[in-house]
Amino acid sequence: MFRKAMLVRMLVIVAMISTLSAAFAGPAAAQDEIKLTMTCRCVADGVNSELVGWLLEHVIPTFEEAMAAEGKNVTVELVQFGGSDEQLKEQYALDLGVGGGYDLFSFDGFWVPEFVDAGLLQPLHTVAGDVVDEWEGWGHISEGIQAILGYQGERYGIAAGTDVREIFYRRDLFEEAGIEVPWQPTSWEEILEAGRILKEAGVETPIQINAGTAMGEATTMQGWDMVLLGAGQHMYDFDEGKWNVSSPAILDALNLYKTIYLDEELGDARLQLIADGRDRSFADFASGKIAILVEGDWFWRSAILSQMEEETRNEVVTWAKMPAKEPGAGFRGQDFVTISGGTGWVLNPNTDHPEEAWALLAHMSSQDMQLIWEEILPRINFRDDVPVAGDEVMSAMADELLPLTTVRPMLPDYAKVSYEAQLMTERVVSGEMSPEEAMEAYAEAVTDIVGEDNVIVIPVE
Amino acid sequence: MEKRPGVFSGKVGLTFLTPALFFVAIFLILPFFWIFYLSFTNRTLTGVTAANPQFVGLENYQRLFDFDQWMRYGQFGNALKITFQFVLGSALLGQAVVGLTVAWAFYRRKGLLRETVFTLAVLAWIIPEVVVAFAWSAFLDVDRGTLNTILSAVGLGQPDWLFDYPLLTIIIFNTWRGSAFSILLFSSALETIPPSYVETADVVGASAWRKFRDIIFPLMRGHILTDLILITLWTFNVFTPFLLTGGGPTFRTELVSIYTYRTAFKFFEFGRGGAIAVVMMLINFMLAMGYLIALRRQKAVS
Amino acid sequence: MRNYESTFSKLLLVLFSLACMAFFALPLLWLLTAPFTPMTTLSVEIPDNPTLDNFRTVFKNEFAIRALFRNNLIIAGGAMLSVAAVATLASYGLSRTRIVGRDILVYVLMLFSSVVGGTAAMVPLFLLAYHLKLIDTHVGVILVMTGGLLPAAIFMMRDFVDSIPRSYEEAALVCGAGPFRIFRDIAFPLVRPGVAVVAIWAFVNAWGAFLIPVVMLRSPENMPASVALYSFYSEAGTPVHTLVSAYAFLYGLPVLVLYLLVNWRFGFRFFGGIKS
Repeated sequence: MFRKAMLVRMLVIVAMISTLSAAFAGPAAAQDEIKLTMTCRCVADGVNSELVGWLLEHVIPTFEEAMAAEGKNVTVELVQFGGSDEQLKEQYALDLGVGGGYDLFSFDGFWVPEFVDAGLLQPLHTVAGDVVDEWEGWGHISEGIQAILGYQGERYGIAAGTDVREIFYRRDLFEEAGIEVPWQPTSWEEILEAGRILKEAGVETPIQINAGTAMGEATTMQGWDMVLLGAGQHMYDFDEGKWNVSSPAILDALNLYKTIYLDEELGDARLQLIADGRDRSFADFASGKIAILVEGDWFWRSAILSQMEEETRNEVVTWAKMPAKEPGAGFRGQDFVTISGGTGWVLNPNTDHPEEAWALLAHMSSQDMQLIWEEILPRINFRDDVPVAGDEVMSAMADELLPLTTVRPMLPDYAKVSYEAQLMTERVVSGEMSPEEAMEAYAEAVTDIVGEDNVIVIPVE
Repeated sequence: MEKRPGVFSGKVGLTFLTPALFFVAIFLILPFFWIFYLSFTNRTLTGVTAANPQFVGLENYQRLFDFDQWMRYGQFGNALKITFQFVLGSALLGQAVVGLTVAWAFYRRKGLLRETVFTLAVLAWIIPEVVVAFAWSAFLDVDRGTLNTILSAVGLGQPDWLFDYPLLTIIIFNTWRGSAFSILLFSSALETIPPSYVETADVVGASAWRKFRDIIFPLMRGHILTDLILITLWTFNVFTPFLLTGGGPTFRTELVSIYTYRTAFKFFEFGRGGAIAVVMMLINFMLAMGYLIALRRQKAVS
Repeated sequence: MRNYESTFSKLLLVLFSLACMAFFALPLLWLLTAPFTPMTTLSVEIPDNPTLDNFRTVFKNEFAIRALFRNNLIIAGGAMLSVAAVATLASYGLSRTRIVGRDILVYVLMLFSSVVGGTAAMVPLFLLAYHLKLIDTHVGVILVMTGGLLPAAIFMMRDFVDSIPRSYEEAALVCGAGPFRIFRDIAFPLVRPGVAVVAIWAFVNAWGAFLIPVVMLRSPENMPASVALYSFYSEAGTPVHTLVSAYAFLYGLPVLVLYLLVNWRFGFRFFGGIKS
């Protein structure tokens, strides 16, 4: 008899524990109002805090007013996520996989293909209907920028901006070393030459071009792509629809890394291999240990500002286009090269309010809102009717580099191939493998990922 | 493991176990077999294999043991080798030896010294890992860190710890982080040894080392086994070094836990991630058996 | 001679203790000075003008403060209570009944928990929580964490329980007391130090947890401190040392206080030692 009573007691304990803190998880208020949620990797007074300010002070209030004018009671909640991009991506995939998630997500462009293939995202017009295709904004966004959040000819979201990559250098160090400023190298040799002179003049680490797995996508975009494009090739052959895995251009690119980091020690391989190397390279650039750094425009408009005052930046930091190996030897026969990526916003296909969610996305992406955004943070806008505001350097970068730019292939295997490229550069700059060996290992690994039919091998004579 | 008769009947015992069985069944056994099942599929979180995962048999396991490349940086063999060195260094030679030494040094002693040492050791063990990671990053900083400030003051230079000696550094780090458990366990174990045993040896004038070897160690054999089993298992799964090194430079600190993280979290390959977890579990099981046999044999010899 | 030796060994012990203290304390020194320094660097320096400004700024971050003083307390407190309660009952049951192969059983469960605690488990745990409608709830985090921590907790507990004499319980049984009463009135008071150790261990584990909350929680209102810490990162994704160190200081403090409290009240030790 007592046993039964005891069993009950035990179950009561289980139940008590289970409900113990249930009381704390407040139930969501359910009213007739339409509640939209949006999320981004952004925290007030932390990562991407300007974005929070723009959304909370400008976008959301005006949107709610506009909706009220239409007789709809819509409220928007911004969910600020403070963790890493990878964690955010995992949350998205998990939530979308069970039909949940916020109505609007900030989204990195190159995640789109794998999410679409997994059935987690739907084209915008499937989610919100014809009103999408009728939006005025598309006429002001170039095909290339629309493609940032596109896949196989469909639009999945709207870009929030794009970027370009270039060489940043320290004007003061160049002048001290007796190199004429403004400096615009026209070949790799001229970069190396400047590096040698700077080293002679006592600059600790003249050149830094990203390599290695620790920097992740920053290595692929700011490092490997910039060098490979200069050698005349893209990671992916868009005409053939295949990956370049072994070629003279790849070897040339790897040899440039070898020259900089191993043969002449113009760069410091440590910074490419340790966990916080990218941050350290920013700090070293700011303190004058590094003179030449290949980075994205984000470095100019944001990263360097956490290391030095804006005034100092304008005085000592300047930029140059990244040259091809030799004039005319770059990708598509170009003299100079760059590459663009971008993030944006996507609609959740599971949203209960597709019409309002799209309206919010369109509102954010309108000219009015973007003009305000430019005031807060001048950068290359995705709309051609919104110029870069009040930053001549940014404007110049946009004008000179956007015509030269290319993009990453939008393919679900991209992230894995990109990792292999990072690994290949790491193997060279750490001295683990020769450029030839590293290229062979790369070809092997990429073939394994994408299949033998999807790779191009150009023999090296 | 002596057999004692139960106070209660099996049914009563089972009743006490009910809440535990509830938790274990739903939140442990169920997910475990789920992962076990996933390890035979190509399940990912994104991409085509997220929507339509397929049964791939032993492929995930075979890929781990692809001996052509497996000792290359970033491959499973390399991670396994580093993990074994890490466990040997930080669990066996580190935590267990530090634990025994500290416990033995303070055997039958009380007072401020003991309290301070124990509290500091426990502090290292209990504060959250992100906090620990920050403190150590500052501690190890090449130019301004506490460690190099001290070393250069006594003329020993300023090594870049995480670059030049990454594995050694995380071994010392993990010894620091986890020794408290062994210290506490061994000091409690020592207290159970009747003082008369040691006093007899004192009268004979035996050295501290001989006392330890001939009297203490045989009596503590069981505790040592427990300690080794637990700290080995925990050390195999430790992830905190990732916060210090990210697994680098050039994968020189890529423990299997970090390798799994890369597979499961970066590329979302959960089938493969599950296979790694299952392999690591089996290795742990074999090690535990190994400890058991080694200590049994030792017992038979003495 | 004897006297000399004992002085010598005492000196040796003092030196050894100092070495141990340095080993365990030096890496944490920065956490003691940095939060009170106006311009924090990575070096340990006693500030000329100690300041509480960093803490003031931290306390203005509502998200981070709620994470630490509400969410963390709920999650860690909940996990502590459930692990301690369930493990104590279970180990008592295991200890006082004859169950064949119980040690192997507990060990196998520990092996399972090493798999379920890893990154590979995130998808199953998420889906499980989803089907149980536990996403974005603290209860979900507590339940999942309890499942993972239980085997090791029982492993530690069962020796505390084994080491207490059974004669009282047997006597009480003869007098006709029920099992639950025997447990409550006789066994529990005796194993309380053991419960305290396991409770602290569970609390500490849940207090620092990162992966499970990230997978299972969504709204910022529910996030724990390990996630909120990242709100003190700069635009560029690098930690702002002044604020991070101040927050880390606050984050570490409660576990220290809890330990000191329990150590003073019960003595923090593995009662009788865990046996094989």
